[in-house]
Amino acid sequence: MTETDKAASTATGPKTNYLRIFERFALILVWLLLIAGFSIAMPVSFFNWGNFSILFASYAPAALLALAIIVPLTAGDYDLSVGATLTVSSCLIGVLNAWYDVPIVACIIIAIGAGVFIGLFHSLFIVYFRIPSLVVTLGSTSLMTGIVQWMTNSSTIGGIDNALIMAVVGGRFLNVPYVFYYALIAMIIMWYIFDFTPLGRRLLFVGRGREVARLNGISVDKMRVGALITSAVVASIGGVMYAGILGSADPYSGLNYLLPAFAAAFLGSTTILPGRFNPLGAVVAVYFLGTGITGLTMLGIPLWVTNVFNGGALILAVTISQLTRGREVTDIG
Amino acid sequence: MKNSETEVLDTQNKAASLTPPTLRLENISKSFQATRALDSVSIDVMPGEVHGLLGTNGSGKSTLIKVLAGFHAPDAGGRMQFNGQDVSLPLKPSDFRRLGMSFVHQNLGLVPSLTVLENLRLAQIALAAKGMINWRREKAAAQETLERYGVHIESWRRVDELSAVNRALLAIVRAFEEIREGSEITGKPGLVLLDEPTPFLPKEGVEKLFDLVRRIKAHGSSVIFISHDIEEVMQITDRVTVLRDGRVSGQIDTRDATHEKMVEMIIGRKLERSADRQTLLTEKMPTFASIRGLQGHGIPPCDIDIGKGEILGMTGLIGSGYDKIPYLVFGATSADGGSIALPGAEPMDISAMTPKKAIKNNFALLPGDRAEQSGVGSISIFENMLLPDIEKYFSHGFLSNRSMKKEAFRLGQEYEVRPNDPGLSLGALSGGNAQKVLIARWMKRQPMLLLLDEPTQGVDVGTRDNIFKALKLAASKGMSIVCASTDAEQLAEICDRVLVFARGRIVEEITGGDVSKDNITEACYGSVEAVENIIHPQASQKTQS
Repeated sequence: MTETDKAASTATGPKTNYLRIFERFALILVWLLLIAGFSIAMPVSFFNWGNFSILFASYAPAALLALAIIVPLTAGDYDLSVGATLTVSSCLIGVLNAWYDVPIVACIIIAIGAGVFIGLFHSLFIVYFRIPSLVVTLGSTSLMTGIVQWMTNSSTIGGIDNALIMAVVGGRFLNVPYVFYYALIAMIIMWYIFDFTPLGRRLLFVGRGREVARLNGISVDKMRVGALITSAVVASIGGVMYAGILGSADPYSGLNYLLPAFAAAFLGSTTILPGRFNPLGAVVAVYFLGTGITGLTMLGIPLWVTNVFNGGALILAVTISQLTRGREVTDIG
Repeated sequence: MKNSETEVLDTQNKAASLTPPTLRLENISKSFQATRALDSVSIDVMPGEVHGLLGTNGSGKSTLIKVLAGFHAPDAGGRMQFNGQDVSLPLKPSDFRRLGMSFVHQNLGLVPSLTVLENLRLAQIALAAKGMINWRREKAAAQETLERYGVHIESWRRVDELSAVNRALLAIVRAFEEIREGSEITGKPGLVLLDEPTPFLPKEGVEKLFDLVRRIKAHGSSVIFISHDIEEVMQITDRVTVLRDGRVSGQIDTRDATHEKMVEMIIGRKLERSADRQTLLTEKMPTFASIRGLQGHGIPPCDIDIGKGEILGMTGLIGSGYDKIPYLVFGATSADGGSIALPGAEPMDISAMTPKKAIKNNFALLPGDRAEQSGVGSISIFENMLLPDIEKYFSHGFLSNRSMKKEAFRLGQEYEVRPNDPGLSLGALSGGNAQKVLIARWMKRQPMLLLLDEPTQGVDVGTRDNIFKALKLAASKGMSIVCASTDAEQLAEICDRVLVFARGRIVEEITGGDVSKDNITEACYGSVEAVENIIHPQASQKTQS
């Protein structure tokens, strides 16, 4: 009896597992090394605050997309359509505001409302008809891309209300445009929900064990619908930001954010709280990837390398995240 | 005790000098960092022998199996011989076929969406040098193989259409076919390891499985049989090795052993049975819940009253529907109709019951399928344990991991979870310890009605005792407990009353002093006969397949 007591107390004692701590901050360390590397290579052009402030602002929509993705991912569903949702949202603003003179605030409300609608549309097929989320959101990506092309005549729409541009990139704090802080606020809200509310814990159980969640009184379907709507709404907020950054609505370039955002979601799950999709990790990972691409671009690498970098990063990120999780025993003996 | 053990070992060694054992393990040890999971374990398995391997969760049994399966490399100094030949450890995947060793794990390793034929011939088909498969010939070969073992399954059936029994039989036939091919080449016996194949099977299924094991034995091959069920071990094995704390705590010829002796070797002390609860109580128990007209999932309308503080057992042969009741009452599977009335409340419609509603009414359900329905292995112990109560740890806008862990640690101590480290993922625990966590989850809520399905499945004897003690204590404080199980012995030990099901109907009610293992078993079989006589003979075939 005394032996087991001893074993119990040592098991719960403050065990400092340095490897675990290292794992939590490894990505941040690699990020700092990457910055150091580029800074040595380009001490003037890369290592200046102006460069970083552009980096922080221009990757804010990608950060929002990564945050959007991890909500359904935690609940066990994929949302591949966040890139398209972002584009729908930004083009709605462009078309309504620039072509039809709808006030910008109304445009934003409509754009976010479209996000709610997209989330409900996904839920209908994924949760109600039980179609795999991968299929539904892949299909809706193409669907939305088509609608955007019809809506915009496949052209970039300029002339969006200056108020939006000012609100997004006009103001600066520490010389970094506001949009970065909007993404940070979204991250903090999601971090709070994921880590400090029962809702976040329930979402985790919904994703890891649907039946377990249901038998513990969690409304699994409602949680999944909620996650899909959240993802689409956050993506459409990303669209509003994107329209503000560009000052115009581009029917194509928004899709380019999808891959880095997905890569960041998975890469983020290897850091801060390894094994779980987490908002802090996702945002850190977005800026890690952003730093890589920015640095490489400034070194004058050709354009195709960006695609190789994004795709390679996604596969590598999922692999690392799988290995991180694979170490944990997933079955009950 | 020490002396008799060494004697047994001596006689083995003498026998071994004549024919080499099929499998000889010498001084196998395995350490994980500081802990020694296996400590100088030596076992001989003779040709044509069914060798039982017993031990509680954490006794080193699973580690030993993993060493044999080549999953763990043992510490230096250990030796393994197969048919007298030294084999280097750890074993490589290619060794098993060459030596004639095969494993049937509890999950059976079958592909449910493929046919019996495809599952049976998977290895041959995968290894076939030719590009074309002659399905007609494969089918004939498969059918012939199954018939040879006296297993009557159509080879074109999909595995997920088969009963649990037939799936187990198929997996064992496949394992034996694998070693038979090897041993035909070498002319030496092979070895099949059966890792707890029986807990999901009804009694008559176990009989079929044992028939198959006896056939394998008659071929001269050896079988290692792992089970928690001492009765089964007594029935099928020739010799038994018991592990405790990583060491061999005893090796005994089954015919010299008694049930009590085996239990003693397993837990290292005499099993103290708590005094049976007063049977008088059953007469006076006021009704807590009256269920009327509950139906669905093959259950015709039935009425059940559950007493306050009563432990009500439900049993029957497989397919009799006894195990559906807890899920229907909890709303885990939807009922077609029925009502449940609690004291001082309007009767509730059971067909509109959901787990959420059931939990609100202070019901609790512990499903039999731990990994799929009860807990999530990749999430930590404390989160799994406190999931239904999570709101309680949310105050001032923040969920307190610290107070959750503290509470989980306290519960872990109370229910003797080992290791009691709430931050570990649930999957890191052994099956028995995971079950303790999940029982603690519901018991701490002090539900008015606790619904259990096979609560001690895959759980060692010591843990089982503790679980029973906790259940009895809770019942004596007024908790009503429904326990569905096929294990008559366990039901007899804890239940005040047992309902026996056949074809979805309650065919017998055993109460008070009549609640005994024999009475329950008899009722299960007797009731089926009674029903068979009434219903068409084709129905009796259905139960067999």
